[in-house]
Amino acid sequence: MAGNAWRSTVSRVMGAVKSQTQPRTFSRGMQTVTIIPGDGIGPEISSAVIKIFEAAKVPIQWEERNVTAIKGPGGKWMIPPEAKESMDKSKIGLKGPLKTPIAAGHPSMNLLLRKTFDLYANVRPCVSIEGYKTPYTDVDLVTIRENTEGEYSGIEHVIVDGVVQSIKLITEDASRRIAEYAFEYARNNQRASVTAVHKANIMRMSDGLFLRKCREVAENFKDVKFTEMYLDTVCLNMVQDPTKFDVLVMPNLYGDILSDLCAGLIGGLGVTPSGNIGANGVAIFESVHGTAPDIAGKDMANPTALLLSAVMMLRHMGLHGHAKKIETACFDTIRDKKVLTKDLGGNSKCSEFTAEICRRVQDME
Amino acid sequence: MCELNIWGGVGGAELRGKRSVSPPPAKYGGRHTVTLIPGDGIGPELLNHVRELFRFCCVPVDFEVVTVDSSVVSEDEINNAVTAIRRNGVALKGNIETNHNLPPSHKSRNNLLRTSLDLYANVMHCQTLPGVQTRHKDIDIIIIRENTEGEYSSLEHENVPGVVESLKIITRVNSLRIAEYAFKLAREKGRRRVTAVHKANIMKLGDGLFLQCCKEVAAGYPDIAFDNMIVDNTTMQLVSKPQQFDVMVMPNLYGNVVSNVCAGLVGGPGLVPGANYGKNYAVFETATRNTGKSIANKNVANPTATLLASCLMLDHLGLVDYASMIRKAIFKTLSETRLHTADIGGLATTSEVVQSIMREVQKTGPLTSEYI
Repeated sequence: MAGNAWRSTVSRVMGAVKSQTQPRTFSRGMQTVTIIPGDGIGPEISSAVIKIFEAAKVPIQWEERNVTAIKGPGGKWMIPPEAKESMDKSKIGLKGPLKTPIAAGHPSMNLLLRKTFDLYANVRPCVSIEGYKTPYTDVDLVTIRENTEGEYSGIEHVIVDGVVQSIKLITEDASRRIAEYAFEYARNNQRASVTAVHKANIMRMSDGLFLRKCREVAENFKDVKFTEMYLDTVCLNMVQDPTKFDVLVMPNLYGDILSDLCAGLIGGLGVTPSGNIGANGVAIFESVHGTAPDIAGKDMANPTALLLSAVMMLRHMGLHGHAKKIETACFDTIRDKKVLTKDLGGNSKCSEFTAEICRRVQDME
Repeated sequence: MCELNIWGGVGGAELRGKRSVSPPPAKYGGRHTVTLIPGDGIGPELLNHVRELFRFCCVPVDFEVVTVDSSVVSEDEINNAVTAIRRNGVALKGNIETNHNLPPSHKSRNNLLRTSLDLYANVMHCQTLPGVQTRHKDIDIIIIRENTEGEYSSLEHENVPGVVESLKIITRVNSLRIAEYAFKLAREKGRRRVTAVHKANIMKLGDGLFLQCCKEVAAGYPDIAFDNMIVDNTTMQLVSKPQQFDVMVMPNLYGNVVSNVCAGLVGGPGLVPGANYGKNYAVFETATRNTGKSIANKNVANPTATLLASCLMLDHLGLVDYASMIRKAIFKTLSETRLHTADIGGLATTSEVVQSIMREVQKTGPLTSEYI
């Protein structure tokens, strides 16, 4: 049937997007995942996650890699070849926070990773955490942001002294790709609707193109409801009633602003997971907070963001059972409020928080 | 001509008495003439209520109504409106709908109005209002948004099929102008801090220029603290701790996002008035510029934002006494929960709210007419 042919084409083109993925590298039932600890509190929270995964007996073996930029042949900045090789083999990565040096001469590491693996979709599920109180309860939405073009194309010129133009680039291919991912995600995760966020009343051609592509893709996903909404209306309604929203798909800049807005609704970047999906089945999950150099090495960091990103990764790999176990243990610990790190309102150490989650996971066996 | 006229707002009593040197342009026989553009959706009905209220309060303002049909392709109607505003100097308007499915040559009428009249500063004062239930309390933020350039330059082209480029223009002149406006307003209102909102870490040249202009202007106002924040962090801070912000200045698109977030924080689009100021003209409307198509002509729209916008207009014209009389009546009505419209959780109709405001005015002031 045409439907099935379409689905297999999409699968071939987009790689392992569906949650029922065949794990890529098999070695005695264990799947390899590249882990990039990062800087600052990165190493502490990465080891916390590894410990929790061990306690939950997750069939993953970790391959640790460093991604400090090096200058390749030809003078172009690139990530170390061992890191690239590892990622290409394992296809799945977990990344801690990376520090962006101000005058290092090379672009930010995140940008480099994005370009190397063509990470075109940034997915951020925002779910209210019971036990971590914010003025907003019952938030349950997902922001899917186009990550390669739009306002962040980096193309700027000084026309004459005192007049600058920045170019926002919208292409048919990138818009179609992100729209397809959004609808696939909605379908695979049983989400009811997808909303395209745009400003086509002002940016008629660019956002108009994005919107047209979303509408076209929506035709092939009749089981998912499709709506479109202006960016300002979304912002207005989001702060009054976030329960109205489900999956949001949008170009780069709006995505940046809205995903951080939604992170703020549930409690900030310290508790928000994030995943980047690339072409050829590559997916890198990361914590989006900073390196927090002031508390690095003091056993004070909160591993929740990286842990929830790792849970997102497990779901992407199809290990739903383990994902649910670890997620429940984490939420239960936070809800109980007995062992919390400083940023969550308690005064326990990172290792104590980790140990508590490990204990809960083991109790669930 | 009126330069940066005093803007009353809540507590404008202490600024009364400060008037511009030359009289406002369209004042004939002691009565001002103001252009009125009904717009679409809830615009016409709410502006009718404004007229009703002004007649009742004997406000010496006559409205010259200019309709702009959003479905017409020709730009004659909007040009007529612009001419009328040039003549009168001041306008009160509803939002004109933009059908984004029409070809790109059909530009947004609201945008055309703003750029033709060079209304470079969009000012919005968000404050927690008594009687309105919100998640956050004690919010008092003034948002100043550059209104003519940035992402709203409407310069787009398709060089290669399937690849569209949209230009965002930032100029030194306009950035300095809006920063100057922001600091001047902050000083006039006795505000402590101005925060510039930008994304200069990514758009290094564009937003970098904007930020630099703000820093230059800040140097000339040592009594006012100046800091800056990246737009995504700003929205995150706004939903968790909005009380930290005082005055914010930013380019066009971020202004759109931040003003809508703040409007949502204080209770919604039906409560906040907005003003667009240029060197010679001023246009007043609701802050979030919604057409409200789905609730049009059902007598359920919240008239507060439009009525408060008309008060801002009265302040601008120098009719400060009328403005504070009407404003007091509006806030008294707002503090009564049974007179809340649906958008703020009540069951009252638009006319009930307006009638209540008129009764309040009658109680407190001598200046009412017997006939409505």
